[in-house]
Amino acid sequence: MKLKKGIPVIDQGDKLGFWGGKFGGNFVPETLKKPIEDLEIQFNKLKNNKKFLKERDKYFKNWIGTPTRFIKLNNLTKQVGGAQIWSKVVSDANGGAHKIYNATVHCLLAKRSGKKVIIGDTGAGYAGKMLSMAAKKFGLKCKIFMGAKDIKRQQPNVKAMKKNDAEVIPVYSGSQTLVDAVSECMRYWVANCDTTAMCVGSTVGPAIFVRICGWSTSQISRELKVQLMNEFGDIPKKLKLYNCVGGGSSSFGFWNEFMDYDKKQVEFIGVEAGGPTKSKRHAAPLTYGSKIGILHGAAQYVNQNSDGQIEETESISAGLDYPGISPLHCFLKDTKRARYTAASDEEALKAYQIVTKYENLRPSLEPSHAFSVAIKEAKKLSKDTIIIINSCGDAYKDRGILEKKLGKKYVKSN
Amino acid sequence: MLNPISLAFKNAKKEKRPALLTYTVAGDSSKKQSLEILKAISNYADILEVGVPHNTPVADGGQIQTSAYRAIKNGIRMNDIFKIVSDFKKSKNSKPVIFMGYYNMIFQYGENNFLKNCKKSGVNGLIVVDLPWPENKIFLKKCKKNSINFIQLLSPTTSGKRLKSITKDSHDMIYYISMLSTTGGKLKVSPKKILYNYNKIKKINPKKNCVIGFGITEKNISNFKNTDGLVVGSQICKEITRSLNNRQNPVINVSKVVSKLRKKIS
Repeated sequence: MKLKKGIPVIDQGDKLGFWGGKFGGNFVPETLKKPIEDLEIQFNKLKNNKKFLKERDKYFKNWIGTPTRFIKLNNLTKQVGGAQIWSKVVSDANGGAHKIYNATVHCLLAKRSGKKVIIGDTGAGYAGKMLSMAAKKFGLKCKIFMGAKDIKRQQPNVKAMKKNDAEVIPVYSGSQTLVDAVSECMRYWVANCDTTAMCVGSTVGPAIFVRICGWSTSQISRELKVQLMNEFGDIPKKLKLYNCVGGGSSSFGFWNEFMDYDKKQVEFIGVEAGGPTKSKRHAAPLTYGSKIGILHGAAQYVNQNSDGQIEETESISAGLDYPGISPLHCFLKDTKRARYTAASDEEALKAYQIVTKYENLRPSLEPSHAFSVAIKEAKKLSKDTIIIINSCGDAYKDRGILEKKLGKKYVKSN
Repeated sequence: MLNPISLAFKNAKKEKRPALLTYTVAGDSSKKQSLEILKAISNYADILEVGVPHNTPVADGGQIQTSAYRAIKNGIRMNDIFKIVSDFKKSKNSKPVIFMGYYNMIFQYGENNFLKNCKKSGVNGLIVVDLPWPENKIFLKKCKKNSINFIQLLSPTTSGKRLKSITKDSHDMIYYISMLSTTGGKLKVSPKKILYNYNKIKKINPKKNCVIGFGITEKNISNFKNTDGLVVGSQICKEITRSLNNRQNPVINVSKVVSKLRKKIS
């Protein structure tokens, strides 16, 4: 299995949508073949269409607010000792997380194809919140599927969705988390694909959704590349990019523009959710060697039993609480372009405390996983190493959990 | 010699009626009970679809999900499902059996191993909901080699060109999904429109036995008397749930439902 240079990774799949011949694909009911094919044709045409790109950039700039900040965490760097610690503050984006890029692109596509309704899944509630924002912006009706357990633990985002006139549909089946929300959303699409567009909230699902999402979030690395040139005059000789990985949309977008660099120069580190320290129900299929299976239309490493039933996961962060992982990351793992590891719930919480203590930055529980590993590794690295953590979400949505786990003092009012 | 599935269609045709196909989930609500249900309903049904329960089903509605989750919760494993079929096949009224499920179960078992066990236990056909054409081409050939019917699905969204290619790449039986819906949805399309599409498929190759499924219940089944076969699933799963909730015997209640269905098309 080999990663090709000079071709975007999203376009490196084969005719049937498999990366490396075995990850991804389209394991979907016959009914969805046609709407998926329509979307493929539309996207393949538009992704190189100058007018469309101009339109996308206009909304990215004026509405989402690009570029998001690239800042040095001076205090943290001093405190940790070792490598220079920087952050790409993607949570600056309108709505507070990277999910806005994918949501905006899907709404632009839906609008062009004449669809009136757009549906989406959500775990942490960011994908849902952003889709509801974008749908409102572009005049589409919006329905969001969310696990009942996640509705309880991510109330601020649920409120935001409702405020944007989206209908939030609770999903009570299975573990009542993201995995079930995605299933329910796909089921709804099966029954309504003639009038309704679907947005999958991460780089998961049938191949076209993986591609559209990866293409959209790549805005993050496009900005970063320019910011690095401005800051250092060149891409640093030792650069490490840390990102949390649930479905894998923010990390893929954070890395995409640096894909062709040698990994000795630009290393990618993906941090999965290890769950509570004593739990075996981690959400880290790449770190703990899960087998390849089919989930939500795509072949990927996924937590499952020997029969192929998908296993429930457990993580403090709803956004990472997913048993599978993007086919793109499976591909990056097997081609050894990226390195994957996990942080536990406790480690993520600790990292959150450290970051908020020294910096004016409040990463949500998802990027706190990445901060945890980055802080640990930074100690052992030389001063000329630049490490960047994608702070892809804001902790406002986690205030309930943080208050419960750490006490009121860690939750600033907002 | 005709394979058992084709033979079942032929026999129904002799009686001038569509074949009745039922769908129940293996292991719902227990291994023993699902076997008893199969035995009881095979007095009235011609072909038995046995659902292989999966916990992330992307095409099943509420009723079948409930049955599947119940079976999984009660500990059903793939090997138990093969055992249910082989036990059923030993009973005197045994009928052709078709597995209906999701590809990951086959993938984890290993395609070859899975087919070997299908053959051994007496499974006659397979419906794999999330392995569409052309993705299924290789597996399709393996099925044929093992004399197992791979049943292709067609839907209202299938283009004319696809209809032809898929029909060409199918075995003796094909399955037309009546409408845009998960299983068990309310029939939101007129029977006339469904039959129009059905006839379009039949015209491509009249020899293939084409069944209609999704949304078929006691209430509307008699509209489709002039077809090769009809599948009823969610109504049966719903009856199992209802019986359990009322502390009644699902075996008796379900077989009443199936007997009624049969009368409506005879």
